[in-house]
Amino acid sequence: MIEYLRNWLWTYIWKPLPDMPFGDWMESFIRWARDAWAAGFDAVDTGLEFLYLHLADGLLWLPSGVMVLLFAALAWAAKGWKLGVGIGLGMFVVAWTPYWEETMQTLSMVLVSAAIAILLAIPLGIAAAESKAVSAIARPVLDFMQTLPAFVYLIPVVMLFSVGVVPGIIATIIFAMPPGVRLTELGLRQVDGEVVEAGQAFGASPARILARIKLPLALPTIMAGLNQVIMLALSMVVIAGLVGGGGLGSVISGSLGRLDIAAGFNAGLAVVLLAILLDRVTQGLSDRTPVARAAKLAH
Amino acid sequence: MSAIAVDSLYKVFGKGARSAVAQLKSGTPRDQLTAKHWTAAVIDHNWSIEPGEIFVVMGLSGSGKSTLIRMLNGLIKPTSGTIRIGGVELGSLSKRELRRLRSEKISMVFQHFALLPHRTVVENVAFGLEIKGLGKPERLERAREAVELVGLAGHEDKLPAQLSGGMKQRVGLARALAADTEILLMDEAFSALDPLIRQEMQDQLLDLQSKLGKTIVFITHDLNEAMRIGDRIAICDGEVKQLGTAEDILMHPADEYVAEFTADVDRTRVLTAEAVMEPCGTRDTSAFPKVESDVPVNELYAPVLNSKAPLLVVDDNADPLGVVTPRSIIKSLSYDPAADHGTAIEEERQPA
Repeated sequence: MIEYLRNWLWTYIWKPLPDMPFGDWMESFIRWARDAWAAGFDAVDTGLEFLYLHLADGLLWLPSGVMVLLFAALAWAAKGWKLGVGIGLGMFVVAWTPYWEETMQTLSMVLVSAAIAILLAIPLGIAAAESKAVSAIARPVLDFMQTLPAFVYLIPVVMLFSVGVVPGIIATIIFAMPPGVRLTELGLRQVDGEVVEAGQAFGASPARILARIKLPLALPTIMAGLNQVIMLALSMVVIAGLVGGGGLGSVISGSLGRLDIAAGFNAGLAVVLLAILLDRVTQGLSDRTPVARAAKLAH
Repeated sequence: MSAIAVDSLYKVFGKGARSAVAQLKSGTPRDQLTAKHWTAAVIDHNWSIEPGEIFVVMGLSGSGKSTLIRMLNGLIKPTSGTIRIGGVELGSLSKRELRRLRSEKISMVFQHFALLPHRTVVENVAFGLEIKGLGKPERLERAREAVELVGLAGHEDKLPAQLSGGMKQRVGLARALAADTEILLMDEAFSALDPLIRQEMQDQLLDLQSKLGKTIVFITHDLNEAMRIGDRIAICDGEVKQLGTAEDILMHPADEYVAEFTADVDRTRVLTAEAVMEPCGTRDTSAFPKVESDVPVNELYAPVLNSKAPLLVVDDNADPLGVVTPRSIIKSLSYDPAADHGTAIEEERQPA
């Protein structure tokens, strides 16, 4: 009986279906977009490359020893002397590996893509918090962006921008943006309704309530989003090494091809230490927002 | 002109609220609307408040009092009816005009203080003035004066997290006073405070009011609080059950609902000599000790016990109004609603 049903389904329902078309649609869209919007893609390509190259040059302008001290000082300023010492030691180890230059390239890719992702994410998060419709549309799109395997982004992006640093940055922006949007929306929605009402009761306009009440109160959560964006950007930037993104990602994919355990481990270690630097410094900064400091005073 | 006047004011929550109002007007009881997924929060309010008055709206939770106070400054739109602030009808104002009216005429104090946690006391107090567009030095100057007025001098640069509940609400009060509006809306302003702090805040409010003469709408669920501070009290349960002075409500509750509330009130603090006196009759009162008509009953015990003669109640011009005896005090304190409304009420109240 079940056998019969299966045969029936196979013959009359499944077999007559055409091949699943979604992938083909995506492909035709990308091919079409490449030609239709060529000028736009060229401009984005040039702009991102310019940002990346200058930032990377800037980070490599000073000798690594001086940069190690600067990173330590940054961590000290963000959190305290203990973190300063820890980050100093970590970056010293990175400088000791043969991949200092690649680490700085990776860092500048992370900074460029995270900065752009945040610039897009915060306004989108504000729109989602203010409007239920925007929120309802944004949520599934963000889910899709975040769960689509990271490698999949690289294929169309390479087609649009060819290989190099820029497709890596673009894919990273898309992959890293969702938590920025989500946590901005969450932070704004969590603001105490009575405080917002107080703003209204004293005659403040919606724009003023956003700027003077909601955003300052949501800032710690928005900063947590920034932290997430940066961490996701780092993970994606390493994957982008597969498409010639340069930096530590290229070292790692190269050592995968050659089964070079030593090189792979050194580059991997540099990624971990860079992650610690970025994570702790952004956390330190979010502890310094006025609301977070005020909350600490209460205890 | 009245400071605030509301006229056949209704607020119903739910889809198609207007038809719900029509049903209420034609006599459908409130409970039947609930079954149709409507919530009738405010039903047929008609009253006005004179400048300088403390008007208390008293009701249990769900009685629509929070909705009512938010309609007075336009945060919630009425389903039908009108609200006039100083003669201006709220429904006729644009959003911008409404915001302006709020910043210039009406300020509000909130139950849970609603302070900005990252701003200092004086910066919080200056908030209303900031919205009004005052320059920083001037608004901080005026905020400092308001902070001093509520007795928080010396705490100007602290953050809200460093203050106790009572102090936080003083900041909320100072913020409202600094805005220098004629009308002050207070939404359960003292309900989140400890009883002792609460009494202190009530005293302070009365003290400030005697100096400032604002028009105050005060929301509370506590009838003792209402009687302590209110010039007039509106007891609400959707509709206004009774509107009058504390004495009116204690001595002549309009119905069983109101009478139940008054059972818990400390009558000796609310009732005055005038309320408990008996007619002088034909007695010769010239030798009786005199007492002012507005002295509360709980201050009459000692004089009445220490005097062999009754006390003579006199008005501001020292004219005799009546006499107070131990018997007249006991009689008015053991108020029996049945005497006022027939025996039905007394019987209904027994099972509860």
